[in-house]
Amino acid sequence: MKLEGKRLIWQDYQKEIADDHYFYARSCIRQTFFPGAEAIFIKIVKDELGKDIHDNQHHTSCTGIGYHSDVVPFDTTMTVIARQFALMTEAGYENYAASCITSFGLYTEVLETWHHFPEKEAQIREYLFKATGREFNKPKNLAHASDIVYKFRHQIAAKAKYKLVDKNTGEPLKVVEHIGCHYSKMFPHKGIGGAEYPYVLSGMIEAWGGEVIDYPERRHCCGFGFRQYVVQANRGFSLSCSKKKFDSMEPYEPDMIITNCPGCPMFLDRWQYALSEMEGKTYGKNNQGIPVFTYEEVAGMIMGYDPWEIGLQVHQVPAEPLLDKIGIPYDASRKFKGKNGEDLGMPESPSYLKFYAE
Amino acid sequence: MEKKPKNFGYSVTRDRQIDFDANNHDICKIVTKAEPTLNLCISCGSCAATCTAGQFTDFSLRQVILLLRRGETKDLDKEVSKCMLCGKCQLVCPRNVSTRNLVIQISKALCDNRMSAS
Repeated sequence: MKLEGKRLIWQDYQKEIADDHYFYARSCIRQTFFPGAEAIFIKIVKDELGKDIHDNQHHTSCTGIGYHSDVVPFDTTMTVIARQFALMTEAGYENYAASCITSFGLYTEVLETWHHFPEKEAQIREYLFKATGREFNKPKNLAHASDIVYKFRHQIAAKAKYKLVDKNTGEPLKVVEHIGCHYSKMFPHKGIGGAEYPYVLSGMIEAWGGEVIDYPERRHCCGFGFRQYVVQANRGFSLSCSKKKFDSMEPYEPDMIITNCPGCPMFLDRWQYALSEMEGKTYGKNNQGIPVFTYEEVAGMIMGYDPWEIGLQVHQVPAEPLLDKIGIPYDASRKFKGKNGEDLGMPESPSYLKFYAE
Repeated sequence: MEKKPKNFGYSVTRDRQIDFDANNHDICKIVTKAEPTLNLCISCGSCAATCTAGQFTDFSLRQVILLLRRGETKDLDKEVSKCMLCGKCQLVCPRNVSTRNLVIQISKALCDNRMSAS
C-alpha cells in the first residue's frame, strides 16, 4: 500500500469533531447484536477521557431502517429526527454524536436537505410543533461516535494496557477495517478521509499498533443493504456480498476485522457461520474464522476490560484466538455466565467453525 | 461422515467477476499459434449473425472467441461442439479470419488439454 498518495487524499477530507459535551444517540440494533459496544463507548468517553456525554432515554429510532426499506416517507423521517434535535436542545447540548452509521448518514442527509431547501425545514418545524409542541436548534457539530474515538485515539493508546501486536512474534496484527457505507459514501466531506480512503478506522488501527490490510474489495459493502436482508428470499444477495469480501481478504490472512457500523459486524460475523454451514468453508486458520469487532470493543480490549464484560461471548466467530495472540487474559469458565454468575446457557456448537467453551 | 449443508432458505449468488489470473490462457496461445488469423478478429459478430447453427441453438462464434481470449475455457468444448463446420462465417468475415480452422483448432487444443490433464 502506497501511503503517501493516500495521506494526501486523507488530508483533503478532514472534519471538525467537537471536543466535549456530546448528546449521544444510540443505535436501534447494536445493543442486541453487540451489547457491550455502546456501554464501552460511554465508559471510555466519560471515565477514561473525562468528557461530558449525555445518554438520553427518550430518543427513538431515527427511522433509518424503515426509510431505506421504503416503508417510512422522508417527511416522517425528518420530523422524527427533528424531535431528536429537540431533545438535544432541551438537554442543553449542541454537539450530536450518533452511534449508528445509518443514523449518521440520515442526520447528514436531513441537515443537507434543510440547508438547500429552507422551506422544508420550516415545514418540518411546523409539523414537530403541531405534533409535540417542541422546538429545536440544529446541532453545531454532528459526529459519528467513531469520529470521537478517532479524535482521541492517541489518548486511548496512551492509556492502553495492550497493543494490536502478536505477543509471540512482536509483529503488528493484520487488521481489516470496514467502514459502513453511509459513513462517507453519500457525503464524502462529512467523513474523515472521504469515501475512497476513509481514515477513521485506519487511524485507530495505526495508533493502537496494528497494520491495515489493503485488499481489493476493501470498499465493498458488507451486504446489509436493508431490503436485501429484511426479505428472507433476498438474503442471498447479502450473503454473496460478504462472501465476495471474505474471498478477497482471505489471501492476506487477516487476524481480525474492525467495523464502525451496526450492520457490518453483524453480517461479517454471522455470515461466516452461515457460509460455513452452507458450504463448509471457513476463512481463518484451523476453522477459527476471522473474528469481527466494533471499534469500541477493540478500544475496550486494549484498555484491559474483561472480554466477557464487553460482550465478546456473543460473537459468532470466537474472539479467543485473537485474545490469546495479543495476550489478553480471560476466564474461559465465565464465558457464558451472566451477572452474579447466572448461567446464560450454552449455545449449539457450529458444524465447522471452531467453538470455544469450557 | 460428510456433514449435510444447512438450508437457511437462501443461497449464495455466484460471482460473475472474471478473474484473469485464475483463468487458463494456454488454450488461446496454442490456438493463436495454430491459426494466427485469430489475431485479426475485431469481434464484429458477422460470423454469429450468419451462423446456421446459431439460428437453432445459442451458439455464437463471437462469444466463443471472447471466452477463449478471456481464458474462460471451462465450458468451451460444449460450445464449439455446436458448430457444423459449414463455413458460412468464413465467407462473411470482413477480416478474413479462417473461422472453420479456428473452430477445429479450438476443439483440438481443448481435447489435448483434457488428455494431458487426465
